[in-house]
Amino acid sequence: MSHLPVADFATDFDHTDPAWVNDPYPIYEDLRERCPVAHSDRYGGAWLPVRHEDVAAIANDHEHFTSRTVVVNEGRPGPDAPPAPIGVAPPITSDPPFHQLARRLLLPAFSPKAVGELEGFTRQLCNQLLDGLGDTDRLDAAVDYAQHIPVGVIAKMLGFPPEDGDLFREFVHIILEGVDLPFPERVASFEPLGEYFEAQVLDHQAHPRDDLTSFLLDVEINGQHLEMRHVFGTMVLILAAGIDTTWSAIGASIWHLARIEADRKRLVAEPELMATAIEEFLRAYAPVTMARLVKEDFEFQGQPMRKDDWVLLSFPAANRDPAVFERADEVVIDREVNRHAAFGLGVHRCVGSNLARMELRVALECFLERYPEFCVTDESAVTWSRGQVRGPRTLPLKVG
Amino acid sequence: MRVTIDDSRCQGHGRCFSIAPELFESDELGNGVVIGGGTVGPYQEHHAGLAVANCPERAVSIEEA
Repeated sequence: MSHLPVADFATDFDHTDPAWVNDPYPIYEDLRERCPVAHSDRYGGAWLPVRHEDVAAIANDHEHFTSRTVVVNEGRPGPDAPPAPIGVAPPITSDPPFHQLARRLLLPAFSPKAVGELEGFTRQLCNQLLDGLGDTDRLDAAVDYAQHIPVGVIAKMLGFPPEDGDLFREFVHIILEGVDLPFPERVASFEPLGEYFEAQVLDHQAHPRDDLTSFLLDVEINGQHLEMRHVFGTMVLILAAGIDTTWSAIGASIWHLARIEADRKRLVAEPELMATAIEEFLRAYAPVTMARLVKEDFEFQGQPMRKDDWVLLSFPAANRDPAVFERADEVVIDREVNRHAAFGLGVHRCVGSNLARMELRVALECFLERYPEFCVTDESAVTWSRGQVRGPRTLPLKVG
Repeated sequence: MRVTIDDSRCQGHGRCFSIAPELFESDELGNGVVIGGGTVGPYQEHHAGLAVANCPERAVSIEEA
């Protein structure tokens, strides 16, 4: 939006550049052969490793890299920003050892058992969305379907009013896509989010109930309730990490099936392939790129990293590395061996991975059941999000 | 043969108990746990091998008894 076009991604990469937004995979492939750790002066200095091995090494290296902020933008955490170890959105912005405490308290809410209890609700939500489309042969699978599913599920988990969905998506859009705004504007754009959470917290304090917000207000670490900034930060995390990501995964999977007729027909005829197909969509179209900040000057793979440089942690690039995956650039829906890193690697493995997988499976099952036939009629009408979460934001289809 | 999980590597991706629920289960945090002694029956070897090959953290392994 505000940035100059990229001339060479090896020396000047920008994850908001239209070429990257439209199709990042050839860029990763090119860089993997040439670099394999690209650099950019943009965002105050940033690095991009594209090999699985390097991504895994950085994800597991808490000595040289901090998770203090994980969304690359024009600013840096200032002296007044919440310091490590908690960070602005614990536990994703926390470093060990505090990270483990903040994470552990969230894990039971996202365990396979807890997620299983949400499956009926999710299926009902998907079918309601499909019912609402009526008898049509045209729909937008991103706008009319995918985007509403994680919003509905997350609102239910947090105990927020379901009709606030548009508001959540606007918050998440600011956090994840407004990354090239001048820093003061970016900070100011967060204010309505803070006000909204405050109102929700007050309401939950007055009327405690069985949801994640009341849980966060009630739970203790070492005999102490969580600091209010911890509660707010975790809410920010759950909204930001729980909505665009899954929306993107559902949308990208439907996009694939709308373009590759053989895969769609096969999945309709052999629904037992759903488990491997989902893992393959997650591998090939992994929605999330994480980030770290370099703690102190040091050399990584011969590159002079400086304190406070960003490192984009590209799980999508790692998932296309031919050193780890056979036919890495092909989508193989019955791929049996698939050690992908779509949900990250190391201690920050996505807390919501069980939830995301359930939502993706149910969303695809309901969609394929309703529409066994669908296709993209106009490729140029498909648009993708910008920044560190990638998925279709408009996906017009012809159905039936 | 028997399957094992290295708890120091497991991060709860959940691949093992999804692929081979007869050999692995989830604990309350979502981490993988070997069921019983982890002994792999004659018809379970394929699933056991897939659980090993799909763990993103390389936490699952097979030991020859």
